[in-house]
Amino acid sequence: MVNNKDQRLDRLFQALGDPTRRAILARLSRDRGLSTSALAEPFDIKMPAVMKHLDVLENVGLIRRSKEGRTVTVELSPRPLKPAMDWLQRYERFWEAGLDRLARYAEKKEREAEERGE
Amino acid sequence: MNAVTLVRRIAARPSIVFDALTTSEGLSSWFGPDEGPVLFVTADVRLGGRLSARFRLAGDTMEDVATAGSEHECLCEFLEIDKPRRIVMSWQWVFGGDPAEQGRTSRLEFHLRPIDTGTELTLIHAGLHDEATARSHDRGWSGALDKLMRRFPGSTGATEQQAQK
Repeated sequence: MVNNKDQRLDRLFQALGDPTRRAILARLSRDRGLSTSALAEPFDIKMPAVMKHLDVLENVGLIRRSKEGRTVTVELSPRPLKPAMDWLQRYERFWEAGLDRLARYAEKKEREAEERGE
Repeated sequence: MNAVTLVRRIAARPSIVFDALTTSEGLSSWFGPDEGPVLFVTADVRLGGRLSARFRLAGDTMEDVATAGSEHECLCEFLEIDKPRRIVMSWQWVFGGDPAEQGRTSRLEFHLRPIDTGTELTLIHAGLHDEATARSHDRGWSGALDKLMRRFPGSTGATEQQAQK
């Protein structure tokens, strides 16, 4: 199970590791539901390249495509981001209590140094 | 997004905070994610020197990663030492630890800045998970991802329904 989870996280981070794909996601977070051609417009790349980026994003579940007539609409689907956020928050928790103890320890040492007149 | 940054203001001078980060006595007083014991710490504080530390968890702080009573050990190598301003080290789990980080090396930085009341300490644990995230972090993905998440609080059922309208 852990491996599956890790692989999903790996693929998610890979999907996010590209500036064009991040720009696509950022646009979709502003404008909910864009046609593929509207989405491709601001990018200086050809339509097939845009479609490839959309495939990557769809494979990790970050976007959803729906077809109506000849128009394909793309929507953001942010749910897969949650495991990535959880995972980072775990490291935050990992250090937080330790730093509190570090502060207490250093502050005690500071008081001792002051008592010695240092 | 691959990095964790924490800032603390500590009422102690930088040299004292620096010692707490680099001496065995200092490290064993605080190291580890909860009140569980530090089993050992060795620190050879010089460029290329190593720090290794093993701790036992009191509770399940890291949830699915580790449980109460489990032991974990990290091995670090000092990459930069600038007393009392800055310490940079590599970070590796050699026992237990985070399964997502097995075989990976991340980077741990401590920055100390003197302030009126003592020291402002910044901890950065960077290079977590993989290179792709490191690159995306450099390009400022962090803020954007946060924004995305804020836009979709919970990121569960509600979003699905809205998306299907």
